[in-house]
Amino acid sequence: MIKFQQVSKTYTGGHKAIEKVDFHLQAGELAFLTGHSGAGKSTLLKLISLMERPSAGEIFINGVSLNKVTQKQIPFVRRDIGVIFQNHRLLDRYCVFDNVALPLIIAGNHRKDIEKRVSGALDKVGLLNKARCFPETLSGGEQQRVGIARAVVNSPPILLADEPTGNLDPELSVEILKLFEEFNQHGTTVLIATHDLGLIARMKYRSLTLKSGSLIQDPLLNEV
Amino acid sequence: MSILFKGRKSQADNMSRTPLLAAYFTIMNILRQGVQSLGELWRTPMASLMTIAVLGLSLTLPTTLYVVVKNVQKVSSGFDNAAEISLFLKEDVDEQQAQRVIKRISLYNEVKSVSFINKTQALEEFKLASGFGEALNYLDKNPLPSVVLVTPNAGFSGPQTAQNLLAKLEKEREVDFGKLDIEWLERLNSLLSLLKESVITIGILLLSSVILIIGNTIRLSIMDKKQEIQLMKLVGATNHFIQTPFLWTGIWYGIVGGFIAFLSVLLMIFWLDSAVANVVGVYHASFTLEGLNFSEFLVLLSLAISLGLFGSYLSVKRYIDAIEPNEI
Repeated sequence: MIKFQQVSKTYTGGHKAIEKVDFHLQAGELAFLTGHSGAGKSTLLKLISLMERPSAGEIFINGVSLNKVTQKQIPFVRRDIGVIFQNHRLLDRYCVFDNVALPLIIAGNHRKDIEKRVSGALDKVGLLNKARCFPETLSGGEQQRVGIARAVVNSPPILLADEPTGNLDPELSVEILKLFEEFNQHGTTVLIATHDLGLIARMKYRSLTLKSGSLIQDPLLNEV
Repeated sequence: MSILFKGRKSQADNMSRTPLLAAYFTIMNILRQGVQSLGELWRTPMASLMTIAVLGLSLTLPTTLYVVVKNVQKVSSGFDNAAEISLFLKEDVDEQQAQRVIKRISLYNEVKSVSFINKTQALEEFKLASGFGEALNYLDKNPLPSVVLVTPNAGFSGPQTAQNLLAKLEKEREVDFGKLDIEWLERLNSLLSLLKESVITIGILLLSSVILIIGNTIRLSIMDKKQEIQLMKLVGATNHFIQTPFLWTGIWYGIVGGFIAFLSVLLMIFWLDSAVANVVGVYHASFTLEGLNFSEFLVLLSLAISLGLFGSYLSVKRYIDAIEPNEI
């Protein structure tokens, strides 16, 4: 589903964020992306969501090379990738419902369809009763779950998460991860960047480890 | 339409759409964004009020000048064809000779009508009009000449043709000299065209400053919403989608500003009307100030709207493309 081929990214100024990264994430797989801060996790996610372009190498999603995606096509590619941010990035001016509805409004869905899907997504994260609340009135865990609802509301085939449990206590973290597992069981490919090694250890999933820009450990790489 | 996943249809095009239906939905979407942006203006009126006021008042000045030109033109058009020629008869011409010359002149092709004011009448009129009154009784004899007033035909009342007619009439034996009061009209006309030119110049200057002011206001509101724009881009919003509400803001600025300009002009006319009535009353004439009619109002409004739209377009084009999400 997501395939990196010798991908390097050098920022202007010569900083090498990632270097010659190779991996292949199968469709329907859930994987962790780990490494110290500064190891290149964010850069890798940015490359997938087309916020950055690789300096060398090629990234394929579902067999389509991202190098061939034009600037004008980027919004449409992003509609296929749900992204969950560490700091939620909810819009304070809008209520929970409108925040979650945003991707659907952008895609031009009908009002009825939007209501149905947003209710479904909020129900899944257990926040249906807070649909009319504003983000600032919610707790950190609740805000994160709103962010997750927004990322999955249009059922994207790929889900990226950057430190989704970064600010949460362990109990909440497990809860959030269970949500990801649930989406994964419905066929979504999930890639979670985290440095919470304890969390990873508890779950039997593949993990990609970055160290100063290079992938050091991908046990499944040889089998693929 | 999905680029990465050929089989995956975005929910928006679940139904098979004809191009006509798609266009309908696009238009409905744009209109919906328009209503939303109006709602936003309504919620934060103070931020926009100043810009709208600037737009409105900047449009008021050229509009007022336009109304002034229009009214002066209305006044002067009343004089345009009144190129009346006064022929002063020689002092020794008596009543009979005068009647003969009147008859002769009235036979001219160029002449429409002729009237006669004899010496005595002229003196009476002068007594009334000048205010010298009884003092004039002390004169030994009537110093005023008899006057023949000639109104030329429509074709000969223009400045040049009337001048030619005057030269012809002055050759009559009994006529001392003639006078054509047309120079002031030419002066008025040239003043009027100067005024029109200045309306255009001042208008252009003010309107370009309006464009810049609106552009700047929209730029600030774009910068204010930078986070929001970045997030919208991250969840797949096209530049068009993000731009539309800002363009609508410009349009609403234009609509409200246009109304402000219209109301200010209306108010000003209402204010000036009584003053004008006073002035006109002194001259024993009747004249009412003419405001903007409906089509002129529409022109004003659409001018305001296009200024708002253009100003916001400049900012939107420049800044929204430049804002890209840079952190995940």
